[in-house]
Amino acid sequence: MIRFDSVTFGYGDRPILREVTFAVPEGEFCLLVGTTGAGKSTLLRSVNGLVPHFTGGTMSGEITVAGRSVREASPADLADVVGYVAQDPLAGFVTDEVELELAYTAEQLGLPQATMRKRVTEIVDLLGLADVRGRALAGLSSGQRQRVAIGAALVAGPSALVLDEPTSALDPGAADEVLSALHRLVHDLGVTVLLAEHRLERVAQYADSALLLHGGEVTSGTPGAVLAASPVAPPVVHLGKLAGWPGPPVTIRQARRSAGPLREALANPAPTEPEPEPSDAPLLRAGAVTVDYPGVRAVDRIDLDASRGERIALMGRNGSGKSSLLWALQGTGRRSSGSVAIEGADPAESKAARRRTLAGLVPAEPADLLYAESVAAECAAADREGGAPAGTCAKILADLVEDLDEAAHPRDLSEGQRLALALAVTLTAAPPLLLLDEPTRGLDYPGKEALAARLRKLADAGHCVMVATHDVEFVAEFASRVVILSDGEVVADGPARQIVSASPMFAPQVEKVIPGRLTVGEVAAALEASDGEPG
Amino acid sequence: MTGAHPVAWWSWALLLATAASRTANPWLLLLIIGVSGLVVTWCRGDEPWSGAYRVFLLIGAAAIAVRMVFYVIFGGAEGATVLFRLPEVRLPDWAAGFRLGGAVTTEGALAAAYDGLRLATLLVCVGAANALASPRRLLRSMPAALYEVSVAVVVALSVAPQLVSSVTRIRRARALRGNTRRNPANLMRTVVVPVLHDALDRSLALAAAMASRGYGRAAGIPAPARRATSAFLLTGLLGLCAGAYALLGKATPAPVAWGLLAIGAAAAVFGIAFASKRVPHTRYRTDRFGPRDWAVLAAGSAAVAGTVVSGAVEAGAVWPATSPLTAPPLPAAAAAGILIAAAPAALVPARIPQGGPA
Repeated sequence: MIRFDSVTFGYGDRPILREVTFAVPEGEFCLLVGTTGAGKSTLLRSVNGLVPHFTGGTMSGEITVAGRSVREASPADLADVVGYVAQDPLAGFVTDEVELELAYTAEQLGLPQATMRKRVTEIVDLLGLADVRGRALAGLSSGQRQRVAIGAALVAGPSALVLDEPTSALDPGAADEVLSALHRLVHDLGVTVLLAEHRLERVAQYADSALLLHGGEVTSGTPGAVLAASPVAPPVVHLGKLAGWPGPPVTIRQARRSAGPLREALANPAPTEPEPEPSDAPLLRAGAVTVDYPGVRAVDRIDLDASRGERIALMGRNGSGKSSLLWALQGTGRRSSGSVAIEGADPAESKAARRRTLAGLVPAEPADLLYAESVAAECAAADREGGAPAGTCAKILADLVEDLDEAAHPRDLSEGQRLALALAVTLTAAPPLLLLDEPTRGLDYPGKEALAARLRKLADAGHCVMVATHDVEFVAEFASRVVILSDGEVVADGPARQIVSASPMFAPQVEKVIPGRLTVGEVAAALEASDGEPG
Repeated sequence: MTGAHPVAWWSWALLLATAASRTANPWLLLLIIGVSGLVVTWCRGDEPWSGAYRVFLLIGAAAIAVRMVFYVIFGGAEGATVLFRLPEVRLPDWAAGFRLGGAVTTEGALAAAYDGLRLATLLVCVGAANALASPRRLLRSMPAALYEVSVAVVVALSVAPQLVSSVTRIRRARALRGNTRRNPANLMRTVVVPVLHDALDRSLALAAAMASRGYGRAAGIPAPARRATSAFLLTGLLGLCAGAYALLGKATPAPVAWGLLAIGAAAAVFGIAFASKRVPHTRYRTDRFGPRDWAVLAAGSAAVAGTVVSGAVEAGAVWPATSPLTAPPLPAAAAAGILIAAAPAALVPARIPQGGPA
């Protein structure tokens, strides 16, 4: 269905794809795997000709979709064979109503009205959008939006569907909705799906085959084989490799079947982390914090205390009030009522410059914090604004990431580097409370591990680190305490191990296979300690 | 399930605005505002743009306030009842005719207030149109030949709210860095540049999304036909402009002016019709123009007819004098016409928020 024949692509003399050859047969759910910046988006966008028609660059080789050559056609001409869903569905919406958005592609193709209505109705039923059919796009949840974007790409009846990280911004529940809708499409309509995703733990179980893009070259095979050789793989694959299970297993079910001996070997109780000794006065005291927006109460009378050295993960569905709470705690965001005290001072009452010495916040879009033309200028500006001695920010940055090009434009950095720069800018003011909003979006597994390690180090150095996220694997690596929000209220608050293992939605993969252990690292350490044979 | 046709709503509102522009009688103007408010409260849906009316009411109030301030500062001194005196500034000879400060009279203030009210009423009518049918819905009723234009306008319309949200986002992030300076150079570098960067990124993403969804497909229209269409449209527009200019100017004899206008209109209509046949796009849902929509249109026309009649019969009431000070009378015909314009409130049922499949 999708066939690449020795495709080479690059901008100038910087090659991105090198002699890429593969074929995805009809009706297959194919997963594209690779590190951040490996060129996954480029490969996906070349399927419908957005690369190079839209981006420039030189391409050689031959791409065909459903027998049609991409070389002679523009992306618009291919709209009836390839549906393309970009990373941010909201940025790609043309209209403002669900039904009209779904019909847009069909209108462009000039389908008769009767056909269009039938198609739209079918798509609405298939993707479970009946409840929101007549609604405005702005009022939808992020999972619904993503399903509308998929539906909009499907209305023209394409034989291939290409998706770029469709679930990376979604909470676990919404991601499941989207993925099971995709699964149904593959089964019911026979659509060929090619999908790139960083959250492999979510999608690997649905894939029939996988492609690994590494160093511009592509290897293809079964998901198990490809992920075993890949620099990025979900925890369950690492666990399988560690234990020497055949395959290695890609899904929890496969792993559980082989997990018996390992579970026995690790039967001794899980290591209990030394409880962080309760310091005499908590760093943060928040009482009955409430945030109201017109028509909704985003945060509903939340009480929260936090001490230095704690690593707190705020979890919950999209729209459960995580971001609003972080912004209210920092003091820059709205707080309708309640009290916040950081080391006894209310940040909302302080001037902006003093506020950031109490609590630093890295927003969901770290680029928002950056406005200079180069990394060096950004660091200098941060020193000036923070009243810190020159070179403070640059030194913090050097601790966070190595070999960062000082002259690079902040927007040209990779996601991980940009996040590190935003973090360094925030830390220049030396705030004891550090808040991060969804920092793992766009990071691959090594990137997330590095981030978790950095944040642990900061917590050990006496910061209190609070992260709003729905990345359960990251929480397993990072958090000492988990707070779960729902509809603006705290529904669970306690040690990470206890909270996470009690909830099927928030449990990491390793804990699902071997109850009591959260990460592959823990399992490895336990094996070494007991010196037991995994069997 | 839906309200009236968007074209009907916009025509109705514009007819009300026309009626408002033909009078300075405060009772009539207030009546028009009341009627538009009534119809909006009864007939608007629950879409995001339904709140537009309130915004336009505020803008209208601002227009009156601005008009009053201008009168007090620059105003004319007609009328005998002096309210208070501002220190008068003598202007140099070359600016003779302008006056700054001086006496502020009740008569003058009242005339300025009527004038401001008229402007406010026009704005409120536009607000009513916005609240009843979004400009996007109106654009969907455009002829197919103008498809590309209407999509461009829709995209442009979606930029404004996005800009607002990205300005808020970036200003908040700026406060996180402790930067609350207000000097223009700093604002330019730390707010305007990132916002424009953002807007550019968004428009590229949108363009890519539109392209991959088939926008701008090679339509298969032969080049000569396309050129002919463009030529007709261009001639039509030029003819319309020339005709309108000739009509408004006094130099051209009326028959020539009307002729030019007619030829222009004919060429434009032909061009649009010719092009529409060849456009390969289709519409998902076309709003049908039914009897109810004609009724809405007729109700709007009644308001204009009323003011025209009153203008001929009782011109003094339609343009009430403010000197000497008297309470302006209420012209009967115009008032009746405007009251008829409230009919859509009863004709068109309020749109029920739809949850399930339509």
